[in-house]
Amino acid sequence: MDWVPFWVSAQLGLWVTGILLVVGFPLAWLFVFSRRRWVVWIESVFSLPLVLAPTVMGFYLLLLLSPQNGLGRFFEETFGVRLAFSFPAIVFAGCISALPSMLAGLKTGLLGLSPSLLEASATLGKGWFETFFRVVLPQMKGGVLVGVILTFAHSLGEFGVVLMIGGSLPGVTKVVSIAIYERVEALDFGAAHAYALVLIGVAYPLVVALNFLQRQEARRAR
Amino acid sequence: MIRFQVKKTLRAGASLFRLQAEAEVAKGGFLGVAGPSGSGKTTLLRCLAGLERPEAGFIAGPEVWFDSARGVFVPARRRSVGLVFQDYALFPHMTVLGNLLYASNDRSRAMEYLDLVRLTEHAGHFPRELSGGQRQRTALARALMRSPDLLLLDEPLSALEEDLRAALGEEVKRVHQQTGVTIVMVSHSRAELGRLTTQLLELSGGAGQVY
Repeated sequence: MDWVPFWVSAQLGLWVTGILLVVGFPLAWLFVFSRRRWVVWIESVFSLPLVLAPTVMGFYLLLLLSPQNGLGRFFEETFGVRLAFSFPAIVFAGCISALPSMLAGLKTGLLGLSPSLLEASATLGKGWFETFFRVVLPQMKGGVLVGVILTFAHSLGEFGVVLMIGGSLPGVTKVVSIAIYERVEALDFGAAHAYALVLIGVAYPLVVALNFLQRQEARRAR
Repeated sequence: MIRFQVKKTLRAGASLFRLQAEAEVAKGGFLGVAGPSGSGKTTLLRCLAGLERPEAGFIAGPEVWFDSARGVFVPARRRSVGLVFQDYALFPHMTVLGNLLYASNDRSRAMEYLDLVRLTEHAGHFPRELSGGQRQRTALARALMRSPDLLLLDEPLSALEEDLRAALGEEVKRVHQQTGVTIVMVSHSRAELGRLTTQLLELSGGAGQVY
């Protein structure tokens, strides 16, 4: 069995999770604590990947990254890098598509945070940096963990958007889900089974961990 | 000495009213702020702490913390104040000692204050393992850790049962005498304030009156 697609999927999952962990915090903070009305409109844009067909995102991302126009042209002309059909392209697409997963976890965590703890930290002379790492993060670690697991698991299952924007380049953009699709198309059911079973074997424990965590968080909130 | 004159419009449901209060508290003084709920007591305290900004007036501790005329507003973290929150706001993931050390990483000082509020043997306990009175004393000790020029107490006794209130009131009085810190304390009970404070400011859904 060719293990390379697993390696590509795992790398995709780790990159997406890492990037969204950093990008997700300020967004989740804005969505939870801002009282401005326009925030709902922004938040809804970031929730779109939940309901849009992955091909819709894939199509527009492809146009954006294509060397003919937009971001793709800029990168091609200034750095000589082709974005479409590259690993960074599927990481980018993966980030957009998994953002709602990360936000779900982080928002739950932030909602459980008592505002008076933040104010207490301020009256004790601490700035936002120290407050964030010593009060906010330890207080919402359950939510962070939920976000991380959801995002990583989501990325392992990424298919449509990766296929449209990354193609299926072996060792570069061919992730497990695409490998399964190709094996089925080639009527190689044995290999398809093998890939699928490994994927289930990874996904199931992740989801079990997730559900245990969410039970624990629910009990803590009560 | 703490001097303040605070004006702020408050919104309670659909109605608006104006919080207007001024007072002067000598160094080491103990000002009580009384008034019915919704009269802006907590808001006044939050303005003094720097958590909220008044619309007009001034607040001067050892330095000017707020002056609407000159556009000065010093944020909470740079004011020398200690605030005991109504819900105590102890950090649940830190022990009693950890909560004190968060304020200022000075172990001998922390032990000294734990001794002052008689919590030495609970230093290693987490807030959830404490009784209401013990939590309140932890919050009090934590607020003192940075040697604030002004200590603010927001209904510190209201969450406690009747027989504990008197005992903890005495505790606050003792801490006041031993540290000499200037205190502003909010309560809806005038009797309680009468027992403890040296000065009383009455808020009545409008202008504050000093007695």
